Amino acid sequence: MSSAKASYTKAELLAVMTSRLLEDKKTVFVGIGLPMAAALLAQLTRSPALSIIFEGGIIAPELKHGEMPLSTNEIRAGRRAMAFCDITDIFLYQQRGYIDYGLLGAAQIDQYGNINTSVIGDFHKPKVRLPGSGGANDIASSSTRVLITLIHEKRRFVEKVDFVTSPGYLTGNNSRVNSGLIFGGPFKVITDLGIMGFDQKSKRLKVEAIQSDATIQQIRDNTGFELLVADNLERIEAPTKDELRILREIDPEKVMLRGT
Amino acid sequence: MSNKSAHLFDLKEVRGRIERKDKSIRPKIMSLQDAVKQFIPSGSHVAVGGCLYSRTPTAVIHEIIRQKRADLTISRSLTGMEADLLLAASALRKVVTSWWSIGYAWGISRMMRKFVQEGKVEFEEWSHLALGLRYRAAGMGTSFLPTFSMLGTDLERTNKVEKIVCPYTGEKMLLVPALYPDVGLIHAQRADKFGNVEINGFHFMDEDIARASGQVIVTAEEIVDSDHFRNQPDRTVIPFFCVDAVVEVPYGSYPSECWNRYDADFSHFSDFSQATNEKGVNGVNEYLSKYVYGKSFQNFLDMIGTGRLVELRKSMENVIR
Repeated sequence: MSSAKASYTKAELLAVMTSRLLEDKKTVFVGIGLPMAAALLAQLTRSPALSIIFEGGIIAPELKHGEMPLSTNEIRAGRRAMAFCDITDIFLYQQRGYIDYGLLGAAQIDQYGNINTSVIGDFHKPKVRLPGSGGANDIASSSTRVLITLIHEKRRFVEKVDFVTSPGYLTGNNSRVNSGLIFGGPFKVITDLGIMGFDQKSKRLKVEAIQSDATIQQIRDNTGFELLVADNLERIEAPTKDELRILREIDPEKVMLRGT
Repeated sequence: MSNKSAHLFDLKEVRGRIERKDKSIRPKIMSLQDAVKQFIPSGSHVAVGGCLYSRTPTAVIHEIIRQKRADLTISRSLTGMEADLLLAASALRKVVTSWWSIGYAWGISRMMRKFVQEGKVEFEEWSHLALGLRYRAAGMGTSFLPTFSMLGTDLERTNKVEKIVCPYTGEKMLLVPALYPDVGLIHAQRADKFGNVEINGFHFMDEDIARASGQVIVTAEEIVDSDHFRNQPDRTVIPFFCVDAVVEVPYGSYPSECWNRYDADFSHFSDFSQATNEKGVNGVNEYLSKYVYGKSFQNFLDMIGTGRLVELRKSMENVIR
């Protein structure tokens, strides 16, 4: 693939980066928006045998380019699927171990990869009430590898989230496993500035790679807590022209990659 | 643990409702008005079938609003525009759900934010699987089911959910309590007059809702002869004895989609969302005055117009063929 410099939005950058982490011959639990674009791009590039799973009870659909669903529970999401099942049952397949990757966004994330999509402020008297977990908590609890994608901003990367909707490594070290969550967990956090993993022991966020046009200082400036940094920090290859072309063919009207 | 469960439900009481049901194979066709009058008193817990903007039992929701029900609890896997309507009509006390907004395309529901942030309605949030397992546990006639979901999070804490150490493995499991709705609302593609129900496409949580609920109201795109089911019983997703009322309502989930029948009307949702964004509760009340109060569901469809409804049928065919 060509790697000539091309212009792209933050959302396109995140979709490309997420797609690169989705290995072939796996299953991926996909939410609406950016995760959908990332999974489709992966199918059309590195991972043709990647199966998409939707919350509505949809197994291995073939989405039509330019006709992207607006929910994971509607006809466009179920197009040419191999199977439908109840919503409860699709999550039970995940709990059984059938889902290799879970893709999540976040309103807020903390240093242990805990996600808040419920409330800003107090739960019972919220300053801002957000839509809630949906399937995010279930994906974070039971898919084998969770990929979290969001824009890197200080107000989103906070020391402590106001509410833990979806579990990361909770309070670090062995706390996730001790709480009973013996499977899965966050694998990578992907932002417009870099890609982070988790320290093996402390389970704190650790910068592993930085985007082609970002700096480690920029990452620190936009994070509300102290980040660990890997010794062998990698520089990420920018989205290629091919990746961007395919992404724009999938979603020409930017239904999935709105804004940012 | 037993004390806490007793606050949620009494197993003898919820089972007793089913034991006392008339299970005879008898006609149950009635009007929307009678179904709501008979089965949904104020204060009920109503489980809403379908999911977000798919197979929403819109016709029954409108009728609940027309009959000025109050103090309702609704539960739904993903809650959408129907809750905005019920909120503006002062019908809701509590919403039990995993996610609440009109839909991804329309951002966060202003109505939800206003009412929840002002403390005028309770938003009881569960994970999507946890809510599904709550219906399933009730559908099984038991009081809980184990899961890994919600462990270690604030969802576990705020819902005061019990954990156990599994007696077989020594691992911790979270026990979600059963959810026994008073009445379940299901919109389906086909039913017969006895209440046998066929659901095409996505089933969402409807089968579990039908088993979990004390009573079930079914609206169907078409009422078919019972031979339709007798000739091929695997079409029956919900059997007659679960169902208490059957109402034929073509386009009964509009503006939601109904699989293999019609697409969702996204412009209707957009107009509604814009009205709530610009005018808040007044926007919803204008909608209710225009389409619901003093109108029948057929009046509502007539205002939408046959042309638009035919377009939505064609749109559905284009997507799934």
